[in-house]
Amino acid sequence: MHELAVCQALVSQVVEIAQQNVAQGVAVITLRIGALSGVEPALLISAFPLAAAGTVAADAQLVIEPQPVRVHCQTCNADTEATPNRLLCGMCGDYHTQLISGDELLLANLELTTN
Amino acid sequence: MCDSCGCNVTPGNQHLAYKPVKAGTSAVTVLKKLLAHNDDQAAHNRSHFDTRGILTINLMSSPGSGKTALLEATIDALKDEFRLAVIEGDLETENDAARIRARGVPAYQITTGSACHLDAHMVHEALHHLDLSEVDILFVENVGNLVCPASFDLGQHRNVTLLSVTEGDDKPAKYPVMFRAADVVVLSKIDLLAMLDDFDPARAEQCLRQLASTVPLLQLSARKGQGMTAWYDWLRNELAAQRARVLAGQTVKPYIQSDGLKLHTHAEVS
Repeated sequence: MHELAVCQALVSQVVEIAQQNVAQGVAVITLRIGALSGVEPALLISAFPLAAAGTVAADAQLVIEPQPVRVHCQTCNADTEATPNRLLCGMCGDYHTQLISGDELLLANLELTTN
Repeated sequence: MCDSCGCNVTPGNQHLAYKPVKAGTSAVTVLKKLLAHNDDQAAHNRSHFDTRGILTINLMSSPGSGKTALLEATIDALKDEFRLAVIEGDLETENDAARIRARGVPAYQITTGSACHLDAHMVHEALHHLDLSEVDILFVENVGNLVCPASFDLGQHRNVTLLSVTEGDDKPAKYPVMFRAADVVVLSKIDLLAMLDDFDPARAEQCLRQLASTVPLLQLSARKGQGMTAWYDWLRNELAAQRARVLAGQTVKPYIQSDGLKLHTHAEVS
């Protein structure tokens, strides 16, 4: 359960950005998270209120955009969908692939209340 | 990359940047890694290591798969060849650090309380308790856990993930994030294979390859001294490669954290 530590890192980044923009509050926080990031969105959402309590982000809505797991095949050059524990090329089945999406752990954007 | 002038807005993420918002609110595009603070500290740790020509290895596995036993055997074999040091991570006790010190190598124990992983800040704090000018290879033995440690860069150059044959041979399929992070996978306790009819090393390797991992899979028994030469040679090669990088003013992160990112649409992310 390292999601609380991830949430604390998220909240400190959000608070910093809110201060830079002289915001009164944070309405929406949008994250992009892939299944291979090692972070579970449902746990992140349940940990968020604990980490955000008492901060400018306390009332923010946390929106998570899941990112698909996709691989690029070095053998046949195809880009295909994959699953977290089967990262083989969907065209030729080779395992010499590179992940092109699916390990994201990103703070994408914020909606700040500025009045 | 600059976060204020908008130069990190690319065709791939533009829709995030210019989303219409309600009156009284403003949208800010961030596109920053959530663990950027940890990653900054990790980069700082890595530069400490590089300045002194140290190779730092992060050992990860389930509890009880033989990380400390592997270190004990490695110390006995290599302590006259290289200067070694160990940072131990556990929830409680000094037991593992005591085992290392008993072999004549400096060790610092991090006790995390209830935290399930080490992070870059804990490792930095530990570095102040070790004399880094006297070290060629620094081992960091992470908290025994196949989940959380994979998400935190500590500043290490290489990740080693152990899988003992008393566990399931499908562990790489069950914990893909951890096994994808490995620069080498060590199949430990192979002296017990004869007594176990349900662990197939070929199936373990198949599960690993299905994660698109091409890294070496070393089969060994630290207690019985089987297969250890390949492990020592891997360490020697990695230290030589690290020394060559240091001379060239370069550094390296574990394979997973650098390679492949080049192909990502968010490669410009800070």
